[in-house]
Amino acid sequence: MSKDNQLLEDLTSKEYEHGWSVNYEADEAPAGLNEGIIRWISSKKEEPQWLLEWRLKAFATWQSMAEPSWANVNYPKIDLQALKYYSAPKQSKKPKNLNEVDPELIAIYERLGISLNEQKRLQGIAVDAVLDSVSVATTFKDTLSKLGIIFCSFSEAVKEHPELIKKYLGSVVPIQDNYYAALNSAVFSDGSFCYIPKGVRCPMELSTYFRINAANTGQFERTLIVAEESSYVSYLEGCTAPQRDENQLHAAVVEIYAAAHAEVKYSTVQNWFPGDKEGKGGIYNFVTKRGICAGDYSKISWTQVETGSAVTWKYPSCILKGDHSVGEFYSVAVTNNYQQADTGTKMIHIGKNTKSRIVSKGISAGKSQNSYRGQVQVMKRAQHAINFSQCDSLLMGNACGAHTFPYIDIANPTAKVEHEATTSKIGEDQIFYCNQRGIATEDAVALIVNGYAKEVLNQLPMEFAVEAQKLLALTLEGSVG
Amino acid sequence: MLSIKNLHASIEGTPILKGINLQVNPGEVHAIMGPNGSGKSTLASVLAGREEYEVTQGEVIFQGKELLELSPEDRAREGVFLAFQYPIEIPGVSTTNFLRTALNQIREYRGQEPLDAVKFLSLMKEKMALVEIDQKLLSRSLNEGFSGGEKKRNEIFQMAMLEPKLSILDETDSGLDIDALRIVSNGVNKLKSPSTATIVVTHYQRLLDYIVPDVVHVLYQGRIVKSGSKELALELEQKGYDWIKEEVDTAKATA
Repeated sequence: MSKDNQLLEDLTSKEYEHGWSVNYEADEAPAGLNEGIIRWISSKKEEPQWLLEWRLKAFATWQSMAEPSWANVNYPKIDLQALKYYSAPKQSKKPKNLNEVDPELIAIYERLGISLNEQKRLQGIAVDAVLDSVSVATTFKDTLSKLGIIFCSFSEAVKEHPELIKKYLGSVVPIQDNYYAALNSAVFSDGSFCYIPKGVRCPMELSTYFRINAANTGQFERTLIVAEESSYVSYLEGCTAPQRDENQLHAAVVEIYAAAHAEVKYSTVQNWFPGDKEGKGGIYNFVTKRGICAGDYSKISWTQVETGSAVTWKYPSCILKGDHSVGEFYSVAVTNNYQQADTGTKMIHIGKNTKSRIVSKGISAGKSQNSYRGQVQVMKRAQHAINFSQCDSLLMGNACGAHTFPYIDIANPTAKVEHEATTSKIGEDQIFYCNQRGIATEDAVALIVNGYAKEVLNQLPMEFAVEAQKLLALTLEGSVG
Repeated sequence: MLSIKNLHASIEGTPILKGINLQVNPGEVHAIMGPNGSGKSTLASVLAGREEYEVTQGEVIFQGKELLELSPEDRAREGVFLAFQYPIEIPGVSTTNFLRTALNQIREYRGQEPLDAVKFLSLMKEKMALVEIDQKLLSRSLNEGFSGGEKKRNEIFQMAMLEPKLSILDETDSGLDIDALRIVSNGVNKLKSPSTATIVVTHYQRLLDYIVPDVVHVLYQGRIVKSGSKELALELEQKGYDWIKEEVDTAKATA
């Protein structure tokens, strides 16, 4: 069998590739959500008092908030008291370096195609591997530290760089921002921290790979990226989870701070378990991602390929505070079977001559619902702000839905805001045309969908782009027939 | 090479083809002419395997195989090529990428190794010259924003790349100016060989000045009502289709 044949075979025979789980001895918090659990997590992580207080404040705030219901998604109420808020693989002693990390944990990542071995790894990417509630390994730390770049787990950053965490934690996504952000602030267990000093261009892609393994456990992690003046970093995020019948909650927070002339590029390939064909199981992905272009001429660019999760609720946003700052959002969101996605962005123009660009490509198949929700806000002082939004929807079949909810709010008459939207169906004609040239239907769909999403896929780093293309084809497997 | 026997086909319950018989041998060029609505394009679509058409009777043997049993992609892989009357646009997919996928799937079907990038590009260069097509056009999204002439030229370019056994040109001349017509026809003529055959579906005789047919068939009301040499096409050009219609209608009335 040729290699292509094998690939085709793989594509047609497997559903969700990362649906396996492993049994490891875990250190877990008992189920339930209360102040005691928060103290338990904080003490487990040997946190300073100020952080515990911050968590407790967040918990109190969260208790006064109601779960949002405005999103165009439907799911049964989540019993937050039934979840466990901390689960970590037991390690006899804390590994000091990669060589001391339990080989079993390394093997989990090997199986996901993520090598944590620096020698084997392509030189271009450093990884922070987050398994359930903790970071299990971070590669290339030493190489990066020579440039003054800090790249480590959030827990380690709390211990090693408390002044930075204290300064930036919650500065972009405040505790009271929304229900899930408040919950995350109370119970977050780990995540990644990245600091790029002034004038440094990070020589490799930094990435976090999130893996949920444990059952009945929520994953709540935080990512904090600080890019000082005139620095540059490209950050990647990948996620997978085992196939389980019950739904699992993932409520993350990502904060990005960009000083003057700094540029941060954040790319996500989200492939959480989407639930089975009947809509059973899958991850609830309720994530708050926001960046602030604090300094003049700074730039933050979000690129996301969303193929997984049963329910997605996610709006990576940019606050364009610095004059001449730029915010970008490129998104491909694919839903199949019973998946629901309500995703988009917010571009808040505060500074003068700020620019934002939104390119959203939704693809719906099966019985799924796919919504784009975006807000463009131009504040009074934002002279000559420019926004361009393009929201396209592609429908496959007759049982799915595509929705667009654009909100535009302009307080300055010099603003230029453009919004374009299209809805199309994958035509029988297009598929027949491909068939007539010898291309099988599944491959024709992959070709057409990748063409449709090309503008977004082009934004991804090379290695990720190839992965994302395969993922798109896999997600839409069997949706035309 | 191709043998069509008593082919009946309908769309949404309406019969369009009502008993087509046609024999095409290697090396031959057949022209299928006829007034609008006679079933010319339907015949082309049925041979290519378009799903909307239901074959209700008859058989089609292509190189010893039951063509109608094969999926559209397998028909293409067996060597049937349809140049579309209205080529389809696929945004974001370049002609190059499209053809590379197509060619390699065809090669895989035939048990051949996929062409590597270098070999593929040199094949492209060779075929590009044949239909006088610009490389720039091939890196643009397939057919998107192409002029009518560019689309048709691109069809013939694809035909050149895929090297089919049987090519069916569905009204390839429609919408072409005289220069484009010449280029497209030249391409088709250069691709002719003793082992391949061509079916040219056209409304007008004009194209047949360039692509000279061995046999001309007239399709009317879903049947081939007259077959002849290339002179038949000239006669149709002068006299129109009315006399054929009358002949058929009279024959019907007396039957």
